[in-house]
Amino acid sequence: MTAPSPLIRVVACGSVDDGKSTLIGRLLAETGSVPEDQLETARRVRRAGSVIPVGEVDFTLLTDGLEAEREQGITIDVAYRHLLLPSGRRAVLADAPGHEQYTRNMAVAASTADVAILLVDAERGLKAQTFRHLTICALMGVRHVVIAVNKLDAVGFDRAVYDQLAGQVAGAAARMEMQRVQVVPVSALSGDNVVARSTRTPWYDGPTVLEALESADHASDAEAGVRLPVQSIIRATNFRGIAGTLVRGTVSVGDTLDVAGAATPGVVKRIAHLDGDRQTAVAGEAVCLELEPDLDVTRGDLLEAPDDRCTPADRFAADVVWLGDEPLAHGRSYLLVCGPLRVPATVTSVRHRRDVETGREDAARVLRLNEVGRIELAVDRAIPLDAYDRSRHTGGFVLVDRVSADTVAAGMTRFALRRSANVTPHGYAVDRGARERMNGHRARVLWFTGLSGSGKSTVADAVERRLHTLGYRTLVLDGDNVRSGLNKDLGFTAEDRAENVRRVAEAARLLVEAGVVVLVALVSPFRSDRRSARDLFDPGDFVEVYVDTPLEVCAERDPKGLYRKASAGELPNLTGVGQEYEPPLSPEVVVTGVGEVDDSATRVIDALLALERAT
Amino acid sequence: MTDVLDALEAEAIWVLRETAAAFRKPVMLYSIGKDSGVLLHLARKAFHPGRIPFPVMHIDTTWKFREMIEFRGRMVEEYDLDLLVSTNHDAVAEGVTPFTHGAQEYTRLMKTVALRAGLDLHGFDVAIGGSRRDEERSRAKERIFSLRMPGHRWEPRRQRPELWHTVNAELAEGQTMRSFPLSNWTELDVWRYIRRENLPVVPLYFADERPTVVRDGQLIVLDDDRMPLEPGETPVMRRVRFRSLGCYPLTAAMESDVVDVDGIVADLEATNMSERAGRMIDGDGGASMEAKKVEGYF
Repeated sequence: MTAPSPLIRVVACGSVDDGKSTLIGRLLAETGSVPEDQLETARRVRRAGSVIPVGEVDFTLLTDGLEAEREQGITIDVAYRHLLLPSGRRAVLADAPGHEQYTRNMAVAASTADVAILLVDAERGLKAQTFRHLTICALMGVRHVVIAVNKLDAVGFDRAVYDQLAGQVAGAAARMEMQRVQVVPVSALSGDNVVARSTRTPWYDGPTVLEALESADHASDAEAGVRLPVQSIIRATNFRGIAGTLVRGTVSVGDTLDVAGAATPGVVKRIAHLDGDRQTAVAGEAVCLELEPDLDVTRGDLLEAPDDRCTPADRFAADVVWLGDEPLAHGRSYLLVCGPLRVPATVTSVRHRRDVETGREDAARVLRLNEVGRIELAVDRAIPLDAYDRSRHTGGFVLVDRVSADTVAAGMTRFALRRSANVTPHGYAVDRGARERMNGHRARVLWFTGLSGSGKSTVADAVERRLHTLGYRTLVLDGDNVRSGLNKDLGFTAEDRAENVRRVAEAARLLVEAGVVVLVALVSPFRSDRRSARDLFDPGDFVEVYVDTPLEVCAERDPKGLYRKASAGELPNLTGVGQEYEPPLSPEVVVTGVGEVDDSATRVIDALLALERAT
Repeated sequence: MTDVLDALEAEAIWVLRETAAAFRKPVMLYSIGKDSGVLLHLARKAFHPGRIPFPVMHIDTTWKFREMIEFRGRMVEEYDLDLLVSTNHDAVAEGVTPFTHGAQEYTRLMKTVALRAGLDLHGFDVAIGGSRRDEERSRAKERIFSLRMPGHRWEPRRQRPELWHTVNAELAEGQTMRSFPLSNWTELDVWRYIRRENLPVVPLYFADERPTVVRDGQLIVLDDDRMPLEPGETPVMRRVRFRSLGCYPLTAAMESDVVDVDGIVADLEATNMSERAGRMIDGDGGASMEAKKVEGYF
């Protein structure tokens, strides 16, 4: 048994209506966690509508937000406050205010929490919201919940009311696999059983809210197998050390460790420390290890104990809470970040959306802001992700939008998908290089993007004819043609466009392997989709050709009658009209669809030949 | 780990290592005060036995206490630091002082503008600072990794959610980051850590006889002869110390007999008042910390 952790993290769940601000304010004030001058302000200042007499502390003022929030009537996700526990331990209290975007904010606040305080209103009983709180806590791996049945003063401290609510909520929590459930009868307003024990609940002999928090601890990380995500390599004269924070387990000099996914082990030779080297380090400590022999380790690798290995994989099932304003569409590529690990990842499918109030799983193809669901992810190399339930820090990840750089999802790895283990790419003797030598030219993809009617197909056609006469093996993948076959199940929503681009890019990749110069003529209006396509290829193999033709010209030409339909309201998703076109920021070639087609074709071929000479 | 300080230290080292590894060009802001001193010590621990892998930058308003500048030199030597100094020389040449332009405008020109210029000049994409969440109520919503928009503006609505030990270090065009390893420390933690680790601090934190005047109800120490006295003001020797350090005409002293770190810890354990209760810039002209931060103040 290890000593209780000196620092625990708490998430507070509930709304202003439940008395959350009062409960938190009182916890802070009565533990001396708020400076005296701020308390004095809370005794003097009153907001309009406050019924608390001047001279007493208005606890809600202690948790008041920012000026910007008050002025703009917004809430900024999570507030972090310190709670000084009487034992000398510290609690960092994460408080997610507001009804708007509640799921998102609470998930963030709960992601690191060891314990949750959940408020239930004794007068109003259990509500759908209570189940939402429990579901999110369970999803984010909080296993200890302290349920404060509040406003007991309003029901005359009636034991029967408390007993009934306590039974219901404890049962619900147990069904969600909470390991510890403590239910406390409370009046936050008058202070009963928050910090001080109440004389008005003689029938209750359990802990106060503060005592329940005092009993909280980390999961017993120190006894689990070693996980050390590598943050950096520290170099000094005759020294090369592996730096990172030990998120699980205990490491001592002489222990054997290895890198997840690599066979060679190393022995811990030294745990370097400014105040003198250490013999042992435990979970939570920041360490710098010297191994013997020195392993080939870089940032993002995972050091582990050989008796408890993480099996790297390249496909995973995960639950995500969607945090981004733009919805998740399958086929999109994001950056996956898990501690120091950072890799491009593609969402290959959305399995279902989960209703956080009822627990029901609904069929879904997209996930929107505040929605929770199960997805499948693919990455281009095997990465060491643990199941979240076993290891939060090496199983939890975020997804980052590659254009806006915003964090758009919080993900909890559930399991690696077996397919990746059963599919082993076979290394065939005849490879792309051999085919290219036979063809006498390099394989590449020329990706023509632009508005409908901009002249992509026309220019691609001219380029292909010229390349053909030069002896190049070529093929055009044209948007409309592909949509009548390979992609005939897809429509024109943003998510279907993403999938359309993904499939065409994968097809182009196969053709490049075959040694062909592929000409893709596809509106592909979104930068992130084109970026995902580009990522499938080696640098230099993907040549983006922007066919830059003004919208008025395209609409005037209107070779397929699409603009006429759009203006008649029959085509809501036409690019440039109902949907935005995002022009490339740095395309390899820009041609205009207005001038002579031959001039445009010449520019593309010149660019291709220049690349040929350069490689 | 059995001690809160151990847990806070480990978290801060994680933040420092992540900052150094995940960003292109980090810098540490060095204000010479107690929090900066703790940060420097933590950086030595984070990268031991290697050298601190980033430079430190001091925003010098030219109105810092002389003892602060002396102490800065000592730390550069002892810790082998790469020191950069950023000063708004244009404003100095134009005669901007705390007395001519008001505390608010002076702070904007000498601190905020000088900071932005220093960061832009070297192209730093992340700056490490010693801010703590207990300093001020609005800081409860500050992140450990705090995103700044082009022009170093802080946009409260665009702050990134922080989960696990996972930092989104991606920056879009013009964005930069601030990194606050001491976010979860309190003032008392800082002093207890200084005591435990036996760290040097500027002697101004300890009581001594110093020439003072009372202005707007605050005790101001006359660090040199540049501060114009108002009619009726006569310097008086008083036994005073400082709770936080900044520009001497804007930093209030307190009468005290506390001469060592033990005394400061005991005093804090007994009083429990906000540190910023004694800073003059925070109360000036209704401009809160939050408003200054939106403009790019650290």
